[in-house]
Amino acid sequence: MRWFEYAAFLGIVVGLAWPVGLYLARVFERKKTLLDQALRPVETLLYRLLRVQPEQEMTAPVYLACFLIFTVLGAVFLFLLLLVQHWLPGGPDPRYLTTPLTSDLAINTAVSFSTTTTWQAYAGESTLRYLSQLIGLTAQNFLAGASGLAVGIAFLRGFAREKTATLGNFWVDLVRGLLWVLLPLSLAGGLALVWQGVPLNLSPYVEARTLEGTAQTIAQGPVAALEFIKNLGSNGGGFFNANAAHPYANPTPLTNFLALLAIAVLPAALPIAFGQMLGRPRAGWILLAVMVVLFAAGLVVCDAAEKSVPAPLADLGVAGGNLEGKETRFGVGGSVLAAVVTSNGATGSYNSMHDSYQALGVLVLLANMLLGEVIFGGLGTGLSGLILIALVGAFMGGLMVGRTPEYLGKTIAAAEAKFIALYALLTPLVVLPLTSWALIADAGRAGLTVNGGPRGFTEILFAYASCVANNGQTMASLNANSVFFNLTTSIAMLAGRLGTAALALLLAGRFAAQGRKPATIGSLPCDTPTFAVLALGAVLLLGALCFLPALALGPIAEHFQP
Amino acid sequence: MSQASETIAENQEAVPLPPRLYGFRRQVWPAIISVPLLTLVTGAGFPAVLATLARPLFPSQAAGSLVSGADGAIGSALIGQNFSGAGYFHPRPSAAGSGYDATASGGANLAPSNPQLRADVRKLVEDYRRRNELTPETPVPIDAVTRSGSGLDPHISPANALLQVRRIARARGLSEDRVRQLIAEHTQDRQLGFLGEARVSVLALNLALDRRDSEPPGLSRQDKPAGSQ
Repeated sequence: MRWFEYAAFLGIVVGLAWPVGLYLARVFERKKTLLDQALRPVETLLYRLLRVQPEQEMTAPVYLACFLIFTVLGAVFLFLLLLVQHWLPGGPDPRYLTTPLTSDLAINTAVSFSTTTTWQAYAGESTLRYLSQLIGLTAQNFLAGASGLAVGIAFLRGFAREKTATLGNFWVDLVRGLLWVLLPLSLAGGLALVWQGVPLNLSPYVEARTLEGTAQTIAQGPVAALEFIKNLGSNGGGFFNANAAHPYANPTPLTNFLALLAIAVLPAALPIAFGQMLGRPRAGWILLAVMVVLFAAGLVVCDAAEKSVPAPLADLGVAGGNLEGKETRFGVGGSVLAAVVTSNGATGSYNSMHDSYQALGVLVLLANMLLGEVIFGGLGTGLSGLILIALVGAFMGGLMVGRTPEYLGKTIAAAEAKFIALYALLTPLVVLPLTSWALIADAGRAGLTVNGGPRGFTEILFAYASCVANNGQTMASLNANSVFFNLTTSIAMLAGRLGTAALALLLAGRFAAQGRKPATIGSLPCDTPTFAVLALGAVLLLGALCFLPALALGPIAEHFQP
Repeated sequence: MSQASETIAENQEAVPLPPRLYGFRRQVWPAIISVPLLTLVTGAGFPAVLATLARPLFPSQAAGSLVSGADGAIGSALIGQNFSGAGYFHPRPSAAGSGYDATASGGANLAPSNPQLRADVRKLVEDYRRRNELTPETPVPIDAVTRSGSGLDPHISPANALLQVRRIARARGLSEDRVRQLIAEHTQDRQLGFLGEARVSVLALNLALDRRDSEPPGLSRQDKPAGSQ
């Protein structure tokens, strides 16, 4: 049955990519849609309040500046809110909030949520007030997700436009993304979640007396408001510590399936929207095909790792798969699917504890993040990442046929190649030094509480890989609520988010200013399976070159341990 | 470029800004106002709209699917709770706080390569076999001896439930068939036929057992052990 669930998931994602992709293209090209009647008045009001003229467009540097300021102000706002959260009205009662919100934790959380990483060095039910979760976290989930989508769309416009200085209007893209995409889907998704049992209340924690007479305090909250946009906007930080393993956040296999669709469908639809905006649909399908192949490969390996009882337990007379750290209602299938989807989707909403996965299973999750979150990827950032790496493939292909490298008619000259090279270097230049520092420093090694050896190395590598990729997943035995980790992971998150946005937007500006070269016999076609293989090869080659040594010290060493 | 010339035309006293800086200046107000404004819309407006629609439609789910007894809440249908008595079905092991602490969700996070995991599971297997009087050859279902991810898993696998039947039937004086029937009544299949796994809610089962025991003896004649098993 697991394979049916996997196949159904992939089938639905690819099937929905087409209509959703067309819809996204219409929304961001500002064509008519069904929701216009309800949303246009709101849109006009917001433009008036923001003093934005929707017809005015921005050059790449201005667009980038808007994105940067928006992200930074969002982080500052959340930081200040968290510092004053004890004075906020409403629940839960402070006696339940046993983790103090130190300023390094507040900085970390603020940076984390404004960059869609949502790395959580805290446990929600023992740290945050309800209003913090709503006005702070839920709002940032929407805002950061929408701003990432805007940047992604602007990047796509770089290819779709010719001889233009502008890439669109950041505020228009932001508002449209919120009103036409994120808010309606979150409303529908939220209703489905409450129907299945996700709480939506502001009640005090329930003091129950169990059937056997012991006391059980049950944390409550406006969970359903956060949980859908958490996945839809590629954020991932859950209401509770156990994230999507918590029965309140993810009560049934159906909510699990919907959550995973929420993570994957929009990023899968973006390549189709791309093809639509370009007027070359096949180019989009080719990119989606690369994503699907890499996704399926990871799923197969992770499933193989988790479907049997772990070797150390094999002689204890137990039957089943590896259910340590997994929930009964999801089983191995629902948990592995979630692990692979979330590690690919730059969304950290795991529903099983990755620290209890076998070494090969962890290897898949880690590799998915280190490859740059290009397999579906984050909202807006996934496709731009994949295209940037595909440009490396186009570059190599162009050299092989002895022509100036180009992609979809846009020339990749020396200046463009510099941006692409910087992008390829960004992840290793951030992950590897930070991991090394954490391993050398006492404060870094102090985070390893339970697992040592290669698994400990993996936990630290996983943490920085997750932050740079703006994923936010963690291997939960790592105690990351220390000044050292809070600050170093913040650096990683900012570098990943702002660095890739800057490189992508500036490159897109250059592409938009170019004219489009006509396709000739000698030019490299970018909408054929051959190109898909080139792009796939580029993704794997770059990942292997940068990270195989680190992976060899971590999950691979652990796998070959006696 | 025409924007710059318009401004120069409007405002003859101002020093004309270079065209690129003009674009930046226009963004200051939206930049300042957008975060608070959109935070209000998404962090207050959206949850309010969602609550207005969802709470009347699904009141008990929105409130946390609480289960009430004579003296108030006895728990939530979705959140696991601990059971250790011989007459109750036992849930999965839990690493949430000291066990099923619903303010401290989480798992044990032990790597498979960690010797502590083997030690823990071995002890759990021994306890399970002893409590349920299993022979050493009977394989123990993995969910009975591993900690769940949340520590609050309300379900066990049907195989796990079936292995506990003998202990419960003996403790409560019920027939094993009756207990098995209860399990069958409370087993939830895979959703939509293919999502997730078959599962049984421990709290629901134990509530059903208690309800049966509180019925007058005359009504439950079929529960008395009838001859040999």
